Amino acid sequence: MTQAHERNGTALLEVKGLRVSVGETEILRGIDLTVRKGEVHAIMGPNGSGKSTLTNVLAGRPEYIVTEGQVLFEGKNILGLPPVGMDPETRAREGMFLAFQYPVELAGVRTWQFLKAAVDATREYRGLPQLKIREFDRLLEEKLELVEIAPELIKRSVNEGFSGGEKKRNEILQMLLLDPKLAMLDETDSGLDIDALRIVANGVNQFKGPSKAIVLVTHYQRILNYITPDFVHVLVDGRIVRSGGKELAEQLEEKGYDWVRESSDSPAAPPAAKVGA
Amino acid sequence: MTQTLARYERYLSDLRGLPPAGPSWLQQTRSGAVERFSELGFPTARRGNEKWKYTNVGPIANTPFVYPFEASANGLAPADIQRVVPWDDAWTNLVFLDGRYSELLSSPRSADGIAVMSLGEAIASGDPDVERHLAKYADFDDDGFTALNTAFVADGAFIRVPDGASVDTPIHLVFLSTDRGEPTASHPRVLVVAGAGSKSTIIESYVGLQSNRYFTNAVAETVLLEGSQIDHYRLLLESDDAYHVGTARVRQCADSTFTSRTFEKSVGLGRYDLSVLMDGPNASCNLSGLYMTSGTQHVDNFITVDHAKPYSTSRLLYKGILAGKSRAVFGGTVWVRKGAIKTDSMQSDKNLVLSPDAEVDSKPALFIYADDVKCGHGATAGNIDKNSVFYLLSRGIDLETASRMLIYGFASEIIDLVRVDSLRDQLERLFLESLPSFKFEF
Ligand SMILES: Nc1ncnc2c1ncn2[C@@H]1O[C@H](COP(=O)(O)OP(=O)(O)O)[C@@H](O)[C@H]1O
Ligand SMILES: [Mg+2]
Repeated sequence: MTQAHERNGTALLEVKGLRVSVGETEILRGIDLTVRKGEVHAIMGPNGSGKSTLTNVLAGRPEYIVTEGQVLFEGKNILGLPPVGMDPETRAREGMFLAFQYPVELAGVRTWQFLKAAVDATREYRGLPQLKIREFDRLLEEKLELVEIAPELIKRSVNEGFSGGEKKRNEILQMLLLDPKLAMLDETDSGLDIDALRIVANGVNQFKGPSKAIVLVTHYQRILNYITPDFVHVLVDGRIVRSGGKELAEQLEEKGYDWVRESSDSPAAPPAAKVGA
Repeated sequence: MTQTLARYERYLSDLRGLPPAGPSWLQQTRSGAVERFSELGFPTARRGNEKWKYTNVGPIANTPFVYPFEASANGLAPADIQRVVPWDDAWTNLVFLDGRYSELLSSPRSADGIAVMSLGEAIASGDPDVERHLAKYADFDDDGFTALNTAFVADGAFIRVPDGASVDTPIHLVFLSTDRGEPTASHPRVLVVAGAGSKSTIIESYVGLQSNRYFTNAVAETVLLEGSQIDHYRLLLESDDAYHVGTARVRQCADSTFTSRTFEKSVGLGRYDLSVLMDGPNASCNLSGLYMTSGTQHVDNFITVDHAKPYSTSRLLYKGILAGKSRAVFGGTVWVRKGAIKTDSMQSDKNLVLSPDAEVDSKPALFIYADDVKCGHGATAGNIDKNSVFYLLSRGIDLETASRMLIYGFASEIIDLVRVDSLRDQLERLFLESLPSFKFEF
């Protein structure tokens, strides 16, 4: 993993000292993370450690309260409402994408309409001409093939009656259609059988490139066999307790999370801060 | 009491002005109805009157409506009508202006025993089905509106589908109220006789052209003989100032299937009282509705299903979208009579309340007097899940568009049930165009 240590790419995402609460409970307790173009970061950690909170705060979910810290996307502050920060739709249009851990079912909202509305809004913001229906359908067909989703599915309501695997592949489909700069995948690998996992990984690898960055939230090392991370961060109790290269994931798989819990007891200055800075 | 009577004197004098048209059986029915109406008047929301607990018809009682004795001379062109109501030239369309049949605008159908025609003509021709069925299902003994309608019975629509016939072409009845410069009242009447084993599709549209005030007091009677099927659609597209009281009485014989889809988009004060009597074993009915209210509109759906015989199935699914200061009332009552074993019934009413000033009273009720039945009911009044909104925003869609998509999504469950393609497309457009402009709190 030599290239992991050369960090020449432009910083796309900079998270500095981020503290987040829900109600009275503090969930993220000082996160530092820098993601540059071309990089793949894996964030691993036990259930309830705050992985989804982190990705959702970045995407702009409102029920979380940021108590401290800063988040820059391409150098621009995103936290808070405009004009200080960015609302969720602006973050998305700017190029941040979140694949939901639990994709939402939208009763009566047809998948085609949903995808078209998302692509239209994004392209308009980016100054791209609106796709004609035929052009959109061609693009859609191509991406559907890539994620192996049956074209019939897009006539249905969004995620309604989709299998678990179809929902996850639908997230990847959206990522491919919206062509973000930063894709945050929240446990997109969970609950997938090996075939579906390969399809998802294939989609992500297609997306990968020198101008893109990926934050891969995962529970298991399994998906990292298909998508090679440049960095692995371990999140425990709202802090990144350890960062390293791909080998860290393998060690974790072997020794479990207790191993990092035990071997890291300097909460004030987690080693992650150094790697990310 | 004299004051009460004075309110209705206008109707009674209009009735005296009507020609004593029709055969003697009809004259008897009508004079009975006149008498009953003069005793009953309109219902009040007085204590104990559960049927009218949430809907005050005082404004209807207090408005001096004029009964249009002459047909409208408005010179309406078909295009004027097609602008305000879903329309398809391929359908069998009958148009009524202020309750009166318009020969000019209609394309009646009568061949091979099928009748789609003016009720006035059917009465005049002495059709035995009219005498056999008219006023046999819509009881006016304790219903002032039905009594008044029956008192005025002269015109309307008559539909007969003969035994075993399948009528593929939808039959569309358009009851259009014109603007005559003063508030008018019409009392349209519909009689549908579905022969044994027959199949048909009927659309009933109540439409206003302008934003004027008028009163539509409609009564529809439908009988489904053994094994027949009717797909029934009812569209409420009245003016925003109109009063509409619709009463539908449906009698289902054994093995019949009645499907009802109600779309209520505009009216000032509207009530639809639909009552289905499952009067033979193995009958099934599937009743759905979508009501969308805004401004100061008031819409009341009062649905009754009476399982009188065993092995019958009923499904009720109603949805409402409320904005502004509007009010919706949903009363769904299912009766399971003694001996109606193996009844299977489900009902639900879901409402999307988009404004703190809008209000819904949803009262699903169930009365079971039989054993071995499967019944359920529920009502929800709520808002859209924040998670859904966030999901759309996270895809770059703005809050207003996201809200529209979700509100429409909520409605589409009912619109998607429409099995007439061109009707569904037109309804989709009608509802999409008039979705309240709204942003979910986020
Ligand atoms: N919206 C919320 N309301 C209340 N508690 C929450 C909410 N989101 C997350 N939490 C809590 O924060 C902690 C971290 O959750 P989460 O970020 O989902 O963890 P992970 O994704 O790592 O499993 C958990 O204890 C969870 O219960
Ligand atoms: Mg999670």
